[in-house]
Amino acid sequence: MTASVFEPWNDPEAKPLIHFQNVTKRFGEFTAIDNLTIDIYEREFYALLGPSGCGKTTLMRMLAGFETPTEGKIFLAGQDIAPVPPNKRAVNMMFQSYALFPHLSIWENIAFGLKREGMAKADIQQRVEEMLRLTRLEKFARRKPHQISGGQRQRVALARSLAKAPKLLLLDEPLGALDKKLRQDTQFELMDIQEKTGTTFVIVTHDQEEAMTVASRVAVMDHGKIIQVATPDRIYETPNSVYVADFIGDVNLIEGTARPTGSDTYAMSWHEGLPPLKVQSPNSLSDGQKCHLAIRPEKVAINAEKPADADNAVQGRILDIAYLGNISTYHVELPTGAVIKAQTANTRRIARRAFTWEDTVWLSWTATAGVLLAE
Amino acid sequence: MKRLSWFNAVSLTLGFAFLYIPMVILVIFSFNESKLVTVWAGFSTRWYAELMQNEAFLNAAWVTIKVAVFSSTLATVLGTLAAYVLVRGGRFMGRTLFSGMIYAPLVMPEVITGLSLLLLFIGIGLDRGVLTIVLAHTTFSMCYVSVVVSSRLVSFDRSLEEAALDLGCSAAEAFRLVTLPIIAPAVISGWLLAFTLSLDDLVIASFTSGPAATTLPIKIFSAVRLGVSPEINALSTIMIAVVTVGVITASLVTKHQVARQRREEMEAVRS
Amino acid sequence: MMRRFFLIAIPYAWLLALFLVPFAIVLKISLSDYAVSIPPYVPQFDWAEGIGTFIAQLDFENFIWLTEDDLYWKAYLSSLKIALISTFLTLLAGYPIAYGMARAPDEWRPTLMMLVILPFWTSFLIRVYAWMGILSNEGFLNQFLLWTGVISEPLTILNTNSAVYIGVIYTYLPFMILPIYSALERLDGSLIEAAEDLGCSRLSAFWLVTVPLSKNGIIAGSFLVFIPVLGEFVIPSLLGGSDTLMIGKVLWEEFFSNRDWPVASAVAVVLLLLLIIPIVLFQRNQQKQQEAEQ
Repeated sequence: MTASVFEPWNDPEAKPLIHFQNVTKRFGEFTAIDNLTIDIYEREFYALLGPSGCGKTTLMRMLAGFETPTEGKIFLAGQDIAPVPPNKRAVNMMFQSYALFPHLSIWENIAFGLKREGMAKADIQQRVEEMLRLTRLEKFARRKPHQISGGQRQRVALARSLAKAPKLLLLDEPLGALDKKLRQDTQFELMDIQEKTGTTFVIVTHDQEEAMTVASRVAVMDHGKIIQVATPDRIYETPNSVYVADFIGDVNLIEGTARPTGSDTYAMSWHEGLPPLKVQSPNSLSDGQKCHLAIRPEKVAINAEKPADADNAVQGRILDIAYLGNISTYHVELPTGAVIKAQTANTRRIARRAFTWEDTVWLSWTATAGVLLAE
Repeated sequence: MKRLSWFNAVSLTLGFAFLYIPMVILVIFSFNESKLVTVWAGFSTRWYAELMQNEAFLNAAWVTIKVAVFSSTLATVLGTLAAYVLVRGGRFMGRTLFSGMIYAPLVMPEVITGLSLLLLFIGIGLDRGVLTIVLAHTTFSMCYVSVVVSSRLVSFDRSLEEAALDLGCSAAEAFRLVTLPIIAPAVISGWLLAFTLSLDDLVIASFTSGPAATTLPIKIFSAVRLGVSPEINALSTIMIAVVTVGVITASLVTKHQVARQRREEMEAVRS
Repeated sequence: MMRRFFLIAIPYAWLLALFLVPFAIVLKISLSDYAVSIPPYVPQFDWAEGIGTFIAQLDFENFIWLTEDDLYWKAYLSSLKIALISTFLTLLAGYPIAYGMARAPDEWRPTLMMLVILPFWTSFLIRVYAWMGILSNEGFLNQFLLWTGVISEPLTILNTNSAVYIGVIYTYLPFMILPIYSALERLDGSLIEAAEDLGCSRLSAFWLVTVPLSKNGIIAGSFLVFIPVLGEFVIPSLLGGSDTLMIGKVLWEEFFSNRDWPVASAVAVVLLLLLIIPIVLFQRNQQKQQEAEQ
C-alpha cells in the first residue's frame, strides 16, 4: 500500500472525525435510526445513500444539531456533541432547498455566518471574496438570490456553508434541484472544491450514480440501518447483500444452493438437470446454504455458439432487446423460465446487429464475474 | 387569448355595477347643493366645509384614529407572536384551546364580543374610554393578524430558519434577521387589516366606549339613524377616497414588484 | 426554555383574560337576577360568602323567560330564516361573478380581484348607509322606476325585510365571491374539456364537474355569510323596520334600552349555542381543505 492512497478507514491508528456510537432515533412509534454505529474520517467525502425514508436525512440532521439522538452518542473530534446547539457547532449544512435568504444579496448571504462570529469587517470582506472566487460567483455578488440561475444558487449555498471553514460540511441532496447535465458538471466541481478546501463532506443522496461519482466511501442505508459501507467500486463489485446488489445498478439474481469446492470457490446448483454454476466469491457460505448469485448484466457475454472455454454457459431465447444507443440490453429467457439480462457495447452501427427476437443464444460468464449472497 | 363569453361578461358587469353604483351615488350626492339628499340642485362643496367645522365629528375622528393606531400596533405584535406560537410552537399544554381562541373571535357575532368585554370591564371596575376600546379592538383584531401572518408562516421554508441557526444565529437572532424580514409583507398587511377593522367597528366600540370617548362610527350611526344627511355623504366620500387610493396604490406596488421579480428571474435563467 | 414559555404565555394570557374570562362572566350573569342596582344584577360575587352560596343563588330563570316570551323565539327563528335566505341569495349572486372572474383573461384578474376586495376595506357602516338613500320612498330606486314607468306608486322597501336582504347581499357579497373564486381558479380547464370530450354538454359539464369541484368554496363562502348574519345588528337596525326581528338587535335593545343585563346575557348565550354547530362545521370544512392541499 502506498502512502498516497487515501484510505484512513484501513488504518487502525487513524482517529475518526465523527463517531456514531449505537445511535437510535425514534419519532413516536417510528424508528428512524436503529442502533447505528459508524466512523467518518477527516477529509473524507462520505455519501449516505438510500431510498427516501431510510433515515439518511435524520442522520444528517443529528449531525447538524436539529435532532437529538434518542439513545447513543455522537462524537465530533472526540467530543460528545449532544449538548452543543446547532449555532455553536463547527458543522455547517447545505440545504436541499439551498435556503438562501431571499432578502439578502449573494454577498450578504455568504457573509451572514461570518458576521455572527463577530469577525472583523476587513476579514469578512476578504473571506467572502475568497469564497466568491472559489465558486466563480464574483460577478453576482450584488445580486439577490432570485436574480441568479439554479446552478448559481447551488454554488452560493455551497459558498455560504463553507465560508465559516467548518470541520464538517453536510450536503442534503445538493444537486437534486439541477437538471441532469448540470448535475454531472457540478459533481466534479464539488469534488474539486472538497479537495481544495480539505473539508470533510457528508452528502445525503438517493441518486446512486451521484454517490458513486463523488464519494470516497458510500454507506447504503435501509430502514434506519447501515447495510454496507465501502468504496464505490467495492459496493458495486462485491455487494454484501441482495439489497445492496439490487439497489446499486442493474443486477441478475439467480437462486440456488451453495457447495464449497475450495477456500473461496463454490459450485451453486440452481436447477435440476443443469450443471451447477462455478463461482469464486469472497463471502463465505456453508454447504447446502440457500443463496443468490448476483451478476451484473455487462459481465454476461452473449454468443450464437456455445463458447468453448467459459466457466459457465447456459442456453436461452431472446425475449426483448432494449437499445440504449451506447449499449444494448438483451433479455434472455432460460429453459427454467428465469430471465437474465446481458449487456453488450454497441461498437458497431445497428445495421450489423447479430441477434434478433426469438433467436436461441448462449450466455456465458467467468467464475469471478459474480458474487454469492446469503439469503 | 381567452375571450369572455356573453354570459360571463353580463354577470361580471351586473355584479360590479351592483357593488359600485351605491357608492358612486353616495359620492356624487356629497357634492349636492341641496339639503335634500335625493334631489340634485347643483354642484357644491358646502357639506365638506360644514364637516370641517363640526367639532363633534372632528373629535370623534381624532379618537378613532388614536384607537386604531394603538390597537392595530398592539394587535400586530400580539398577533404575530400568536401566529409564531401556533405554527412553530410545537406541542404545549392547552394548544387546542389556544387555537380555538384565535379562530373563534373571527366568527363571533360582534354583539356578543362587545357585551362580554363590557361586562368584564365593569366587573374589574375599569372606566370606559379610549383604553377600553383599545383593549377590545386589540383582542379581536389580533386574531385577524395572526391568521394573516400564520398563513404566511405555514408556507415559509423552515430550512431558512435552520440555515440561520446553522450559521451561528441564536433563535431570537434567526427570527429578527431572517424570519421577520421575510414575513414583513404579511405583518404589514396584518397591521393594515387591524387598522381598518378598528376604524370601521361600530358594535364593539358602542359597548366598550364611555361618554368620554366617542368614535366616528358611533357618531355616524347615531346621525344616520335619523335619516340620510349630506354631511354624512361628504364624510363617507372622504373615507371611501382614502381607502380607494390606499388599495389601488398597494395593488399597483405589488403588481410592479411581482412583475420585476418575474423579469429578473427570467433574466437569471437566460444568463 | 424560559423564552419559549413567555412567547406562548403572552398571547395566551391576553386571550384568556379578554376573550375567555368575559364569556365566563356572560354565562354567570345570564344565570343571575335582574336588580335595580349598579351593576344591575344579583348576586354580586363576594369572596366573604364563599363560592357555595354564590352558586346556590344562580338559576335558569332567564332562560325559562326566553322560552316563555315569544318575542325571543320569534327573533331566533326569524334570524335563522333571514340568515338562511340571504346566504342562498348571496350564493346565487356571487357564484356567477366568481365564475366570470375565474374565466376572465389572466391580465384582468388582479384588477377584478382588487375590485372585489375594495368594498371589503371600505367601512361596513357606510356601505349599509349608502342603501338608505337608494331604497327610501323618494330614493333613487323609486325615482328611477317611476321615471321608466314600471311603477306608478313608489314602493316601500326601506324598513322592510327586503331591504335587509339587499343590505346583506351587498355587504357580504365579497365573502361569498372570494372562496368560490379561489376554488374555481384552481380548477384545471382541461377537466371541462375532458368532460366535453367524453360527451357532456356545456351545461352538464358545468353541473357534473365545475360545481362539485367548487363545493369547498361554496361551503366556505356560505358559512362566512351565514354565521355573521345570524348575529347581525347594523343592517336590521338601519335598513330593517320595527317588525324586523333579529337577535343581534334584540340583544342590543335589551342591553341599552331595557338595561336588563341578565336577559341580554342569556340571549347571547343562546345565540352562541346556535352558532356552535355552524362554526364547528365550518372549521371542519376548512381543516379538510387544508389537509387536501398538503
